[in-house]
Amino acid sequence: MTPSERVLQGIGVSAGGAVGPVALVVPPEPLPDEPRPEDPAAAKASIVAALDAAARGLEERAARLEGDAAEMVLMAAGMARDPGLVEGVDEQLAKGFGPARALHQAFEVFIDQLLALGGYFAERVSDVRDVSARAEAILLGRPLPGVPELTEPSIVVARDLAPAETALLDPALVLGIVTADGGRTSHTAILAAQRGIPAAVRVDGALDLAAGTLLALDGESGRVTVWPTSDTVEALQRRAALRAHVATLSGPGRTACGHPVALLANIGDVSDLPVGVEVEGVGLFRTEVVFLSAQHAPSVDEQVALYEEVFAHFEGRPVTVRTLDAGADKPLAFANLGEEPNPALGRRGYRLGVRIPALLADQLEALSIASRNCGALVKVMAPMVATPAEARDFVDAAHAVGLQQAGVMIEVPALALRAHDLFAHADFASLGTNDLAQYTMAADRMLGDLSDLLDPFQPAVLDLVAHACEGAASRGTPIGVCGESAGDPLMALVLTGLGVTSLSMAPSRVAMVRHALREHSLDTCRAMADAARAAQDATSARGAVAALASPALLELL
Amino acid sequence: METRIVTIASAVGLHARPAALFVAEVKRHGIPITIGRPGSKAVNAASLLGVMSLGLKHGEQAELSSEAEGATGALDELVAFLEVDHDAK
Repeated sequence: MTPSERVLQGIGVSAGGAVGPVALVVPPEPLPDEPRPEDPAAAKASIVAALDAAARGLEERAARLEGDAAEMVLMAAGMARDPGLVEGVDEQLAKGFGPARALHQAFEVFIDQLLALGGYFAERVSDVRDVSARAEAILLGRPLPGVPELTEPSIVVARDLAPAETALLDPALVLGIVTADGGRTSHTAILAAQRGIPAAVRVDGALDLAAGTLLALDGESGRVTVWPTSDTVEALQRRAALRAHVATLSGPGRTACGHPVALLANIGDVSDLPVGVEVEGVGLFRTEVVFLSAQHAPSVDEQVALYEEVFAHFEGRPVTVRTLDAGADKPLAFANLGEEPNPALGRRGYRLGVRIPALLADQLEALSIASRNCGALVKVMAPMVATPAEARDFVDAAHAVGLQQAGVMIEVPALALRAHDLFAHADFASLGTNDLAQYTMAADRMLGDLSDLLDPFQPAVLDLVAHACEGAASRGTPIGVCGESAGDPLMALVLTGLGVTSLSMAPSRVAMVRHALREHSLDTCRAMADAARAAQDATSARGAVAALASPALLELL
Repeated sequence: METRIVTIASAVGLHARPAALFVAEVKRHGIPITIGRPGSKAVNAASLLGVMSLGLKHGEQAELSSEAEGATGALDELVAFLEVDHDAK
């Protein structure tokens, strides 16, 4: 008799559905008892040789990989070549441990420290454990630990997967990944999402599963169903098929009644260019990447080359460039105005450009040159503008160097409130909803504890968005959104209803937002906007909007 | 012995990627350098595991030291390196 269905809950980190048997990653065998080494120097030499072999093995793997995966595996190889580790081995051998135990303990010292630090640091522990287990296996002449050789398509279940393991998984045989540990930023999560393998992490009870157990995994919700019924499997497959269908939709953003809402991408540099996702252009090109890591101000020529590289991909399409958004909490090595007690309210964005005029002038000149050399429709906008007068100064400066489309980010509530005056000057505007929420709610974006105040459905924030949209409409000026809320399908409908004319988001969000728009008319979007603004708080606002949404969208959320 | 005090600029602190980049910079100079919190136990700055397990966070101060000949230029460059957010995207 098949055991009855039960559900394990984890965190979904890579969307998609998978049904298949468990392939269990067996943890490394316990270390053998070892006598005190008679020749500590020989013991050390054998350990160093094992570490070197482990490093070489990882470097060979890295050479077969690309991008983030290669970088992660190389970092693991770097750990095996760590001089601090060899110092630790000396200490452990001096205590009288045998070679394998000494090596293990040397790693454990670092692992304990990383675990005690928690957060990002603790999420690196699986990498260190993997390097440790590899070097120990080599030292002991045992087979390398890791994912067992798969003989049929399976769902890999592990405590956590190290980068080398995740990076080498064969997507043809790995249907999904379930781990007991890890987190949203662990390698398992990042690489699984990159490779399109459904995955859930922090799944309670995952390690108690026996090999061969049938699982149904929903990588979106993080639900893992053990011995699923046929109904569960069908529902999972239906959702997966719907999402796959949504991913194939193409064409410009349109509501069900044909009202256009441009679907744009947020990017930082060419490595972020959307692959396999159709977008109508770029709504936010963050230019600070090149500045933040530089020791000296990038020259006009250097900037031109960088901008042209991006513009070349968008012939005939708009690319909205945000001028340097640095300063205060994102200090520049070459333009640092010093520490500030309250960086979120300090000399950042456009304010930095005013205090160091060459910074902004050089960037506008470079953008102007690059735009003349390419066929992209280049638009520029300044961040952290607080008054219509600042907007006018920026727009005039951009027009003066031949950049015809110049506007501003609306992130400061004061500017949203004076939107009518703003649009006497700006050719367009883009709402930065993350910062707008932070400043409206007086709640620091970096404080997770205040995230309920920063919910994009906060009616006060929506009121400001509505006011800004009215200002834009009164002059017939386009107004977009490039904050995270543009990529939330329900919020995208509300924003459309409020009068937003373009939505710019992480490329991975575009397909679902395109689908959401197609399922709803502009009238419905307006009713959603009214319902959200009529609500007393963010939770009921979201609920009121969901109540007006089509079942075809809700099933996928 | 030469020492420098620097404030960590990396938004997420000196963890994986910024730490690996820093260690690579240290190794490039090829002289013994240590890093730690001012007044506390320091570790070999060429050790990725050692640097990561310090758990230096954004805005925290770190002390770089070296007794090697010609450490002045190396320490100055490393200070400049740590004053930039290498995690920024």
